Amino acid sequence: MVKMYLNSLFTDPERVSRLIEIGRSSFQPLLEGAIIYTIPLTLISFVCGLALAILAALARISSNKLEQIIAGIYVSAIRGTPLLVQLFIIFYGLPTIGIIIDPFPSAIIGFSLNVGAYASEIIRAAILSIPKGQWEAGYSIGMSYRQTLKRIILPQASRVSIPPLSNTFISLVKDTSLASMILVTEMFRRAQEIAATNYEFLLLYMQAALIYWIICFLLSIVQGRIENRLDRYVSS
Amino acid sequence: MIKIKDLHKQFDQLKVLKGINLYVAKGKVIVVIGPSGSGKTTLLRCLNVLEEPTSGQIVIDDQVLDFSQQVPKRKIPSFRRLTGMVFQNYNLFPHMTALENVMEGPVTVKGEKKETVRKKAEILLGKVGLGDKINYYPFQLSGGQQQRVGIARALAMEPKVMLFDEPTSALDPELVGEVLKVMKDLANEGMTMVIVTHEMRFAREAADEVIFIDGGVIVERGKPEQIFSAPKEARTQQFLSLIQ
Ligand SMILES: Nc1ncnc2c1ncn2[C@@H]1O[C@H](COP(=O)(O)OP(=O)(O)OP(=O)(O)O)[C@@H](O)[C@H]1O
Ligand SMILES: [Mg+2]
Repeated sequence: MVKMYLNSLFTDPERVSRLIEIGRSSFQPLLEGAIIYTIPLTLISFVCGLALAILAALARISSNKLEQIIAGIYVSAIRGTPLLVQLFIIFYGLPTIGIIIDPFPSAIIGFSLNVGAYASEIIRAAILSIPKGQWEAGYSIGMSYRQTLKRIILPQASRVSIPPLSNTFISLVKDTSLASMILVTEMFRRAQEIAATNYEFLLLYMQAALIYWIICFLLSIVQGRIENRLDRYVSS
Repeated sequence: MIKIKDLHKQFDQLKVLKGINLYVAKGKVIVVIGPSGSGKTTLLRCLNVLEEPTSGQIVIDDQVLDFSQQVPKRKIPSFRRLTGMVFQNYNLFPHMTALENVMEGPVTVKGEKKETVRKKAEILLGKVGLGDKINYYPFQLSGGQQQRVGIARALAMEPKVMLFDEPTSALDPELVGEVLKVMKDLANEGMTMVIVTHEMRFAREAADEVIFIDGGVIVERGKPEQIFSAPKEARTQQFLSLIQ
């Protein structure tokens, strides 16, 4: 099979030019899918998820038992079930009880809940990693819990959590391909649709993979920059 | 300035403070000594309410906290502002410069204007001998310099009492002097201070009164000359002979 595929590339100039033509013409719709859906889906879900994560993290370290329990169940349920199943529940399941949500918002809700759970663990660990003395120093100059958290603890915790959060973000870029299963015409779904018409599955999926890779590669560069900036107050 | 009445502190089963009574007049410098685990740190932390006493009463300036009943949470921050705490390991905010460390309290807690606070903070840092280091981050400063920033940070809140918990014991010997000098200057200006330290020479020179704590009670108290040269209690004698 492999041999046949490669052979055709060398012996059949018509097939080669057909592949080039398909590759060229499908590049634009794929990129469009990335720009209109994949990237916004990633960004919006990440921001919402992060807000959710901070709330959940604070709830889990709070002294309020009820908050602890609610946040604990949320995190455990999301981390203990497959993302794809969560998306299916939201998009295909909820209509059964009369809750109908369009594909794109469904995806946003699903990914936000997912990021919220995973990132809350990261943020919680980061907050707990800040020495107790920092809280006490804040209290000792008269700061309240909230002031100490906002001014002293979170800025330091954010530095600690940037690397793992970046990983969450990059995973999210890739996970958005699952939105294709709930009819969001993001990049991967477009690749599937185009391939269904011309049967060049390998070419189309490789193209999609390449675009994901490029996005993630650029993100890892941005990640490095942010880490350098936040490192300015610690000795090498 | 400070009145402590029958103060008890218990961690689970462990009784750490067993009825401390202490009166400190305005402008006095009290040095607290005692063996490890005797409750010195706990006493200071109770004064700053970083630790909530199990029972007893603390009066500082004109504010009273009575721990025999439930102390309302909202009373604690204003009470805490009466005291400035200097920690053994400085606990500076690592993401802020020396200046920002000192400005943080007045700006965030008191809501004062940044410009006025900045001037005040610069003067304070000048006073502790760090006028040329105001824009340094803690990691760029030596231990002695960090501790002096810590003192300036506490002073910026204009506390009535300064509490020091072994402020020099994490320092290299050659850096101890610069911190003690700042503390002496402060004493000479009339600041009321409670200091836990093992620097006996400093205690002799700067303390108005020395208090020896062991097993959660005040065993002996007196003028430094008396405590150091002629301790009355056997436990005090034993402790002093061990450290001198
Ligand atoms: N948060 C806490 N929980 C439980 N036990 C504590 C706590 N803090 C202090 N203790 C205990 O209380 C006792 C007194 O501790 P404290 O730190 O006040 O002693 P200290 O006199 O300052 O000793 P050192 O000279 O070693 O600093 C010790 O036995 C210590 O283990
Ligand atoms: Mg101690």
